[in-house]
Amino acid sequence: MTTHIGPHPTRRLILQGAVTVALIGLGNLPYAPARAAANDKYPEEAFKQKSEADAIKALYGKTAEPSDKVKLDAPEIAENGAVVPISVTTTLDKVTSISFFVAENPNALAASYKIPDGTMPVVANRLKMAKTTNVVAIVEADGKLFSATKEVKVTVGGCGG
Amino acid sequence: MASSIRVRATTNGDITEVQALIQHPMDSGFVKDAKGELIPPHFIQELKFACNGKEVFVADWGPAVSKDPYIKFSFKGAKKGDDLTISWTDNKGGSDQTTAKIA
Repeated sequence: MTTHIGPHPTRRLILQGAVTVALIGLGNLPYAPARAAANDKYPEEAFKQKSEADAIKALYGKTAEPSDKVKLDAPEIAENGAVVPISVTTTLDKVTSISFFVAENPNALAASYKIPDGTMPVVANRLKMAKTTNVVAIVEADGKLFSATKEVKVTVGGCGG
Repeated sequence: MASSIRVRATTNGDITEVQALIQHPMDSGFVKDAKGELIPPHFIQELKFACNGKEVFVADWGPAVSKDPYIKFSFKGAKKGDDLTISWTDNKGGSDQTTAKIA
């Protein structure tokens, strides 16, 4: 007969709730400029989206166009899906953020990086991949989104199961 | 306790290259343990790099970042001997912080 949610309904839970409510609120305003990527908050909602398109929308609120100025470096075949080295470089100017999406992971958004002034638009990291699918890098430059896509073949999945 | 963060920051004149390796399980919440029970999600959400108090790089991570994450980036405007502060927080409220000198 207890109503409490978990073992510790702490301040954290309450804060998460508040963030969610705030994000939903923003989503209702058609021209709200303060998207998750533009402010300092952790983009909780974007990380929860299942598909790549929804995650991009939740994170940036717009769509990306493919660009050959974004160079995505990923292996053709990843033997171990738990550790796939992926990096991105771009020759675009005024880059403000770079994000990585793995299309068929349970949640598409893997990582999002904010690039302040003076930081080079070059990021290397290692991601998990559930199966063979496209890896998409999104670069936000001068308010627009540019993407690069590459298929990586995975022999052993890295998301359990 | 030894720091969970290992970092190497080297400058060659204008550009400082930073490589960091963090010890963290990065459990996604999809993996089962030996008993067949799901291991709850436990992953770093935010990772920040600040040089002399100014943020130079911020990472928002989901559980799809590999265990013991590695990250590399570079930035301008630092010189030898400057302080680089690295801090992270995870989804369970854990955190760690370290300061390295740029070499």
